[in-house]
Amino acid sequence: MKIIVLMKQVANKDAVLRIGPDEKWINEADVSQQTNESDGYALEEALRVKEAKGEGEVVVCTLGPQSAKTVIKDALARGADRAIHVVAENSNKISPYQIAKAIADAIRDENADLVFAGLQSDDASYGQTGVVLAELLGIPHATIVIEVDRTSLGETLRVKRELESGWYQWFTYQLPSLMTIQSGISQIRYASLKGIMAAKKKEIKDVTPSIEAFAGGQTIEKVYMPLKTKQTQMLGNGDAKAGAVELVEKLKTEVRVI
Amino acid sequence: MILVFVEHKNCVLNKTSLEAITAAQSIGKDLGLKVTAVIPCDKDCALAQEIAGYDLEKVIIAKNEKLGTYTPDGYADAWEQAIKALNPQYVVMSHTYQVRDFAPKVAARLGREVVGDCIRYTADGGRLVLTRRIFLGKLDADVTVGGDAPWFVTFQSGAFRGDNAAKGTAAVETMDVNVGEIRMTPEDPFQEAKASVDLTKSEIIVAVGRGIKSQENIALAQQLADVLGADLAASRPICDSDWLPIDRQIGSSGQTVAPKVYIALGISGAIQHIVGMKNAGTIIAVNKDSEAPIFDIADYGIVGDLFEAVPVMIEEIKKAKG
Repeated sequence: MKIIVLMKQVANKDAVLRIGPDEKWINEADVSQQTNESDGYALEEALRVKEAKGEGEVVVCTLGPQSAKTVIKDALARGADRAIHVVAENSNKISPYQIAKAIADAIRDENADLVFAGLQSDDASYGQTGVVLAELLGIPHATIVIEVDRTSLGETLRVKRELESGWYQWFTYQLPSLMTIQSGISQIRYASLKGIMAAKKKEIKDVTPSIEAFAGGQTIEKVYMPLKTKQTQMLGNGDAKAGAVELVEKLKTEVRVI
Repeated sequence: MILVFVEHKNCVLNKTSLEAITAAQSIGKDLGLKVTAVIPCDKDCALAQEIAGYDLEKVIIAKNEKLGTYTPDGYADAWEQAIKALNPQYVVMSHTYQVRDFAPKVAARLGREVVGDCIRYTADGGRLVLTRRIFLGKLDADVTVGGDAPWFVTFQSGAFRGDNAAKGTAAVETMDVNVGEIRMTPEDPFQEAKASVDLTKSEIIVAVGRGIKSQENIALAQQLADVLGADLAASRPICDSDWLPIDRQIGSSGQTVAPKVYIALGISGAIQHIVGMKNAGTIIAVNKDSEAPIFDIADYGIVGDLFEAVPVMIEEIKKAKG
């Protein structure tokens, strides 16, 4: 049983973002980075499937700059067995199809039984790398998986997909297949000290992709702060307590709910 | 020609498809293109007549016995053939969970990408410039697509109004499509233990996000809700951590609400949350990050520590109520 987990490094959720000089991306130099949230859950689920099966290998695959090694090392410390790093310094300039193609080339010969990915990245949020990768690998896919029936694992795997408005649906998939994992599928484990020590001996294979030109790709022409759709009355001028007093006054006189 | 996807379950319309029709009609007007709706179904879909009441050139039922229940393999095959037969310039869909599941597959098979979850567009010299929210709603990006048609665009729920879809009369046609092997077996969709709390009926909602920091602190938000006679709700991370049950979750995977007043405490305002509450009458946001996207849609904002603001709010409301 081999499971490949796609993991991406993204800007920290709480980071204050500055627009870069070309106005086509953020200025990444001054932003702390972290593992994309749903990718962390994808790794956790892969580890749990391997544990339930009692054997197997979990291989992390990351496309991104050398700095993304921190994501890989963290994943190895949590229990992944080895990693493939598709090194691409300007990965934010590559369109989702090109990303999926480069990953497909890097992992095709691994012949994994399962590929897990987060459901979308918290930076560009293309939300299609996994689906396109499955198509390029010629394997079926499921998106927005919120539960994996680990006991069902054999020639097939039964997974629960999240639909909208509180609806769900179980599907049984032939293997190999690709699943994109929803945040919250299970509680993510911490890396143990033992795990961190063991990670130092684990293999990280660097792959230099040949990123092929892709005519149908999307290009970010300009990034900017969202246009405000509402006039917001800011209260308290940075003083939360004063703001609270003003707000209650507004609730009384303007909103009229008190 | 523009093709627009009509989503349904057992021939019952998913209403966000009307938003896609509005979007497609608008783009069609700007670019001088006619709009045709495509409904994948296993029979002469009862929904076709309803859709034919909109201002469209045609309504096409892409028909195959394997299209009775949604599967990504079935829908990808159906769409591939519809697109090859009809040669559209644009394929327009609503960015629903189902579309997220199959649209990138269809696009990839045709050597294309999806410009997904767009919030608006401009037509610039016959080509579209599409705007997407990125970095969890903190920034907007204007995006162009290269290469040749067809171009795939999906719009965020609420980007267009379904009740603005222009009425008319369209011819209904059936196109038999081939569907190959389906590599996944669906069971019946179900609702998890009926939501015990129906937040859609709430007048006032106090919602907490990651800024609440710990489960113990939820009591503070509950106190505020109590003095206001409000219901307590949460963003996804809170329910993922089991700090509040999932039936309290607001957003794309939870409930969609439109209360009179929505108070967002420590909620940054990721798109997935905003789509569930942006139609609230009055939105109040308390957040320590002055650049949090929630402030873009808030009527009143307090930049600061919610643990300072909320106790004062509780005291002041008590006073005001006497």
